[in-house]
Amino acid sequence: MSTRPPTDTSPFEEMRATPEFAALRRRFRRFVFPLTAAFLVWYFTYVLLAAYATDFFAVAVVGDVNVGLLFGLGQFVSTALITWAYVRWADRHLDPAAEHMRHEVETALADRGDRGGRTVVPGSRA
Amino acid sequence: MSPLAATAATTTTVGEPAVNIAIFGAFVVVTLVIVFRASRNSRTAADYYAAGRAFTGRQNGTAIAGDYLSAASFLGIAGLVAINGYDGFLYSIGFLVAWLVALLLVAELLRNTGKYTMADVLSFRLRQRPVRVAAATNTLAVSFFYLLAQMAGAGGLVALLLGVSSATGVGLVIAVVGVLMIVYVLVGGMRGTTWVQIIKALLLIAGTVVMTVWVLALQGFDLSALLGDAVARAGDPALLEPMQLYGATDLSKLDFVSLSLALVLGTAGLPHVLMRFYTVPTSKEARRSVVWAIAFIGLFYLCTLVLGFGAMALVGPEAILAAPGGSNSAAPLLAFELGGTLLLGFISAVAFATILAVVAGLTITAAASFAHDIYANVIKRPGEVDSAGEVRVARITVVVIGVLSIVGGIAAQGQNVAFLVALAFCVAASANLPTILYSLFWPRFNTTGALFSMYGGLVLAVGLIVLSPVVSGAETSMFPGADVAVYPLNNPGIVSIPAAFVLGVVGTYLGRPSREHDSKQAEMEVRALTGAGAEKAVAH
Repeated sequence: MSTRPPTDTSPFEEMRATPEFAALRRRFRRFVFPLTAAFLVWYFTYVLLAAYATDFFAVAVVGDVNVGLLFGLGQFVSTALITWAYVRWADRHLDPAAEHMRHEVETALADRGDRGGRTVVPGSRA
Repeated sequence: MSPLAATAATTTTVGEPAVNIAIFGAFVVVTLVIVFRASRNSRTAADYYAAGRAFTGRQNGTAIAGDYLSAASFLGIAGLVAINGYDGFLYSIGFLVAWLVALLLVAELLRNTGKYTMADVLSFRLRQRPVRVAAATNTLAVSFFYLLAQMAGAGGLVALLLGVSSATGVGLVIAVVGVLMIVYVLVGGMRGTTWVQIIKALLLIAGTVVMTVWVLALQGFDLSALLGDAVARAGDPALLEPMQLYGATDLSKLDFVSLSLALVLGTAGLPHVLMRFYTVPTSKEARRSVVWAIAFIGLFYLCTLVLGFGAMALVGPEAILAAPGGSNSAAPLLAFELGGTLLLGFISAVAFATILAVVAGLTITAAASFAHDIYANVIKRPGEVDSAGEVRVARITVVVIGVLSIVGGIAAQGQNVAFLVALAFCVAASANLPTILYSLFWPRFNTTGALFSMYGGLVLAVGLIVLSPVVSGAETSMFPGADVAVYPLNNPGIVSIPAAFVLGVVGTYLGRPSREHDSKQAEMEVRALTGAGAEKAVAH
């Protein structure tokens, strides 16, 4: 990445071609895709149990608190845990690498007189 | 029966309308002062649409909670629990879990790529004009459905909380709410709207937490005792089990699954939610925003569960249904039972503040989409209109939308428009989310795919509603006399959402990539993940 880039590719294309970027993208996707699949499966398990296994949800656990209520509260707990896990991961692994690459791309853009970024979304010049 | 139940059944109001109005008036005065102070820096588009991108994650997360927790959530879900028991809880879980889609897949990448509107992201690497028009159409459709539901809901509140029941009186109050909203958005732009939402969110959460602790304290902090008292009062222990509301037939259960799908996938496609992510300076702050939003929204929905069963136990389903506003009156009646006139006044004022804050958020979203996407980039050529000109058009649009929503809200009185919120989520999940995800994660995705998915999702979602029992063919339909209900469910999501995802793939393989496809894709991908070239905060 230290060599001067040829003029017909943008700093974005160069960055996308680097192994560092590919590794970051892979790490990001390997973290968020399985987590997304997991919470969706868990959510729809809950929805389908509520709709089609009402007898199971009606089983009392402690006093009038039944299985259904605990599964519902479980969705709150899992949402909190996933949020915590993602933020911890992103703060430690995503931000430092992304910050480094952002700096590199923006330096390259500045060297070329800011060809990218700002001109991409047309509209006002706010 | 408690004394309250007896009065509620015979008179049209509880509490003291003057107290309710006075507390709401105080909220209006305080927020107006803040909005006018915030308006000093609202000249450029980045200021007007995105509050200069200068809010912190915590502020924005609070505002998101204020934007998201509509009167339908607050009064509606507490009422659903109070009348139908467990099934109201199912609703709130969908609304909460949905935020994980926004957190993991959308918020940060969108903040890095876009500028002011949802269309900025969707059209980033696709052909500008057709994709912007489609994205703006969906933005306006979702915002309009949502807006109409809020304004119509305001009418029901008026009867309950202000003791006004004549058509003229209700219309007048809706007009006042609409005009206030126009003033907030016109003067304060996104910065003013955000402050209104922050203040409203804090009041709403404070009110629900106080009531929740109060209800639990009456039961010695024993949840089981509360549940037991509630179902004993209602005389039906089955209210602790799911499917009291949705479980009548196999079709109604399928309808519930369809609704759940729309709720969990709709949030991350709601344009007024997406637009909030542009009000923070970085993607890291966008992440923080979602974390705060999840914390507040989760806490709030836990509270509504207690409030719902609390209302069932302390007020009783009969008295709630007999009150004006029906199940929506559960939370206000519970407030009166607990804290008398003053707490009811506070909760009533919060309910009106909620409507005001939510319609303000919707209006600025719709106005930004029209001015930025349609006017500045399609009617005019990109770059032809300067930032100040765009904001001028946005302000005119605010007035037009405000007037339309007042007229629509008055016309919708007495109509059953509760399905509109579910429809807004369904359109968001069908017409917006597939294209958002494909643009961010599927390099091959192209303009044809986007147009197939966006228009296909919109037409299917709205079309199936028109052909559903919501509109015709049943006693509860809008037009009970007619019968064109060939689609048996009330919620189109289970068909329209998968179909829109498939249409995006089909369109992509039918269409051809543009000449700049690869370089734009590289730019979007690198920018989304690293933030390189992302819009910076405005320095004042």
